[in-house]
Amino acid sequence: MLQEWVIVLTSFAYLGLLFAIAYYADQRADRGRSIIASPYIYSLSLAVYATAWTFYGSVGRAAIDGVGFLPIYLGPTLMIALWWVVMRKILRISKQNRITSLADFVASRYGKSALLGGTVTIIAVIGIVPYISLQLKAVSNSFIILLHYPEIVMPASVGAVPILRDTALWVALSLALFTILFGTRHLYSAEHHEGMVAAIAFESLVKLLAFLAVGVFVTFGVYNGFGDVFSRAAGQPKLEPLLTPIEGVAGGYASWVWLTVLSMLAIMFLPRQFQVTVIENTDERHLDKAIWLFPVYMVAINIFVLPLAFGGRLLFPAGGVDADTFVLAIPMLERQELLALLVFIGGLSAATGMVIVETIALSTMVCNDLVMPALLRMRRLALAQRRDLTGLLLGIRRTAIVLILLLGYLYFRLAGEAYALVSIGLISFAAVAQFAPAVLGGIFWKGATRRGAFCGLVTGFAVWFYTLLLPALARSDWAPRSLLEHGPFGIALLKPLELFGLAGLDQITHAMIWSMIGNVGAYVLVSLLDTPRAEEHRQASLFVDVFRRVAGGARLWRGTASVPDLYNVLARFLGAEAAEAAFAGYARARGRNWPDPQLEADAELVDAVETQLAGAIGAASARIMVASVVKEEALTLQEVRTILDEASQVIVYSHRLEQKSRELEEATAELKAANERLKELDRMKDDFISTVTHELRTPLTSIRAFAEILLDDPDMSISDRKRFLGIIARETERLTRMINQVLDLAKIESGQAEWNVSEVDVGEVIGDAIATTSQLFKEKRVALRTESAPEMPPVRVDRDRLLQVLLNLLSNAVKFCDRPDSKVAVAARVEDGHLRVDVTDNGPGISPQDRLTIFEKFRQVGDTLTEKPQGTGLGLPISRHIIEHFGGRLWVESEPGRGSTFSFTLPLRPGGTGHPSPVLAAAK
Amino acid sequence: MERHEGKGPRLVALFMLGTLLFNYPILALFNQPSQVFGIPLLYAYIFAAWALLIALMALVVERGRTP
Amino acid sequence: MAQKILIADDEPNIVLSLEFLMKREGYEVRVAENGDDALAQVAEFTPDLVLLDIMLPRRNGFEVCQQIRSSPQWRDMKVVMLTAKGRDTEMQKGLALGADAYITKPFATKELVARVKELLDGKR
Repeated sequence: MLQEWVIVLTSFAYLGLLFAIAYYADQRADRGRSIIASPYIYSLSLAVYATAWTFYGSVGRAAIDGVGFLPIYLGPTLMIALWWVVMRKILRISKQNRITSLADFVASRYGKSALLGGTVTIIAVIGIVPYISLQLKAVSNSFIILLHYPEIVMPASVGAVPILRDTALWVALSLALFTILFGTRHLYSAEHHEGMVAAIAFESLVKLLAFLAVGVFVTFGVYNGFGDVFSRAAGQPKLEPLLTPIEGVAGGYASWVWLTVLSMLAIMFLPRQFQVTVIENTDERHLDKAIWLFPVYMVAINIFVLPLAFGGRLLFPAGGVDADTFVLAIPMLERQELLALLVFIGGLSAATGMVIVETIALSTMVCNDLVMPALLRMRRLALAQRRDLTGLLLGIRRTAIVLILLLGYLYFRLAGEAYALVSIGLISFAAVAQFAPAVLGGIFWKGATRRGAFCGLVTGFAVWFYTLLLPALARSDWAPRSLLEHGPFGIALLKPLELFGLAGLDQITHAMIWSMIGNVGAYVLVSLLDTPRAEEHRQASLFVDVFRRVAGGARLWRGTASVPDLYNVLARFLGAEAAEAAFAGYARARGRNWPDPQLEADAELVDAVETQLAGAIGAASARIMVASVVKEEALTLQEVRTILDEASQVIVYSHRLEQKSRELEEATAELKAANERLKELDRMKDDFISTVTHELRTPLTSIRAFAEILLDDPDMSISDRKRFLGIIARETERLTRMINQVLDLAKIESGQAEWNVSEVDVGEVIGDAIATTSQLFKEKRVALRTESAPEMPPVRVDRDRLLQVLLNLLSNAVKFCDRPDSKVAVAARVEDGHLRVDVTDNGPGISPQDRLTIFEKFRQVGDTLTEKPQGTGLGLPISRHIIEHFGGRLWVESEPGRGSTFSFTLPLRPGGTGHPSPVLAAAK
Repeated sequence: MERHEGKGPRLVALFMLGTLLFNYPILALFNQPSQVFGIPLLYAYIFAAWALLIALMALVVERGRTP
Repeated sequence: MAQKILIADDEPNIVLSLEFLMKREGYEVRVAENGDDALAQVAEFTPDLVLLDIMLPRRNGFEVCQQIRSSPQWRDMKVVMLTAKGRDTEMQKGLALGADAYITKPFATKELVARVKELLDGKR
């Protein structure tokens, strides 16, 4: 048997665990290592949507009309698909404007209107109170039922219990205390309640697990799977209609559709949903995962609702057990003590989660949008002059929490008995749905005005009150019942449940139709007839164009203020420390120090202070406070329009300008690079010409000098004459050769050379080259050896050009042979798909630094001490060009003192002709 | 934001698909006293369509992450 | 006593022609084939005039000229620069370094001889 103290202790142990989790999360957040900054925690926290109503009430509703409970979860699934378009915008707006609650959002959108903020707050509180009472009812009922374990006894009628012995009261008070501990540790409400979110996410897990546990137990433990439950139910004539249920529901498809619409709006505009989705959001991107994870959660928590409902109906055929308690009653019937306790905890977690977030959200609204603006306007209190208001703010919030929960309890005592859980919840849904036109219209329609929003809200709320709340009170005898039956003053047309004669619908559908017609109609009509004030116009533009504007937007302000005044305002509400930090941050962002006497109280600073303040006390209160220290000149609407238009024009222009200047920069850089290349080419060309000139002038000098000497001296001896004429002849020859080679090189480099490519047997060409140079070798007494592989595949080259290369290499080799035992070897072989030829000598060798330069034009290596080498200095560069043209490589390996080897390769299957580079680019 | 273009319209399309699936007249087609695997047709249909819709939403959202 | 001329050039045939021309005018002639050699001969032979090619191996004509001008004992030594590079900048550079004349190749023999004579006569 479950003792009372066991249940109470377990409950408090559970709450203690929650608090520990919250405490841990807060600690982590203070150290900058947030645990709620995760899309999974975010998605779980959204599941605060599933309250005790889901936990107990879904089964209750399903036991009466089958799938009728599902629109409550299908609606959010549909809505969340639209979040990408809608919620991202709301998130962005809220972050930019430091929105603290739904009321703050509406107030801020319509010109920071305290009137609207207050209206939304009142509607939210009145609308949500039934919903909170529902949670109290669920917790206290489940507690009482569990207390009687193993007997199943329905709780006594509420009125019969004295207030102080009423469990629900104690539940309400405990939850108030708990919420105060949770939610008002920090003042700054635009900041995240990290601890609370972590605890809520944990609660979402607990309630899901508890519900799945009991679901699995009933479906697979008590019965034999889904099919078994349904087939047994099908055997019962009373249950048969539930299996094809939609026509059976009051209102049929109309009711189904309206329930879907209602819950679509609820998922966005319930204060607690707005709190977890918008205010507690740490990263816009978390929305991505939540878009499908949250619906998955809803499917999971609903899978076992129908088996549980049918199971309950089958197990308690007499009807003495309230269907809302099936979830708890079935495990008790089956004597599953622990499971029953787990279910109780699951229900408790569903209820506490809802109550905590809802009351925190509502208390923020009450404080920021209802009480503060009112207090600040009361001159008599001179609140604006008080030094530190942080304590006052916290006090207001805490009081609000207690009052809201007591209101919930009051409603429970007054009207709770008359309705099932689901119906109570739907009344609240219908109330918050009234926010939809003002919010959704506000973020997409710039023309919507403050008066329009106000009229819409009030009309919608009035209809809601008349068609839903009033009947609820009447049924509990707190209002005359005749009102329902005959209408006020006996006017039948005004009967609350059949307004203007609209009958045949269920209560919710009926109320939704009329309230939405009234709300949207008034909103649109009044907005169209109205002219917005300057402040409204500015805010409308900030909200609707949030994705188009840079943060901060246009500053619309003209007036005078002083830095100390602004500082003091902030310090009064946030405390000196936070104000200090805020000003320091502001100064730093502008490259200034704080404190800095030079800091100007300009529009930007005023705006920054107001935004900061709005994060603590809401936009409307912040406006009042800032206005109290700033002498403002009102801007006319025309001026605001002009500034806004100019601002957006300027943004467009500056975007274009940026792009143009980027393009220009790129073009300039390209131009510079091109210019550098040209200069480089120019320089190289200059060098080349200068070198060629020098090389040509040198032989010319000798020729001219000797010609003149001969001309001047007719009496010169014959032998001298012969010697000088010989020099002239040789130098002329050198000049000719040089000119030919320069032209040759120029042709090759510019790609204008002709190439007569054919299959060439390299061995044969080597033979030719040796034959041509044999005289040279003989003269210098240099030995020549050839080593050729026997079967050499032909290569596709220009035979004459290849011969030119070989002649060049051979004559170079012999030229540098200076020893008595000089020898030169020519070797050809196939290697790696290439044909390779080596020309090796045992001459003086080439030093490493010279090995690169010899392939440059006009660079010669020789023993300059003794004699300048013969040749033009163009042979090797030309040879290299030729080999490269055929896709091969020409290089030298050498060891000074031991000789050199010039090698080249030619591809056996030429992959293509090399790319002859233009003259100048190669003229390094 | 720019790299997610296309995600918005796709999700809106899924919203419309969902509206269609969970509404008269399609819902009425399945509102009959027959069963699949022992489960009433309507219940089976709603949960299946629900799961399908969520799967499609997950596909759109997660695919769009790395376009 | 005959005046002394040092010919510094690395092109054998040009050296030959210059040597012939200078000897014909009665000067005592020595030859250097590179920059280092030229400086060594300047110190040893102390010529009255140096015919200095710019594109000398080891140490170019500019450097040799600079060395000569930086030593006070060779202040009176005449330097005639010879080059195949006919650019104005190089001519200016040579003159700035203290060369007495700058002659481009190929030169007119008569002009060269007249110039040398003029410089050496002024010295006498």
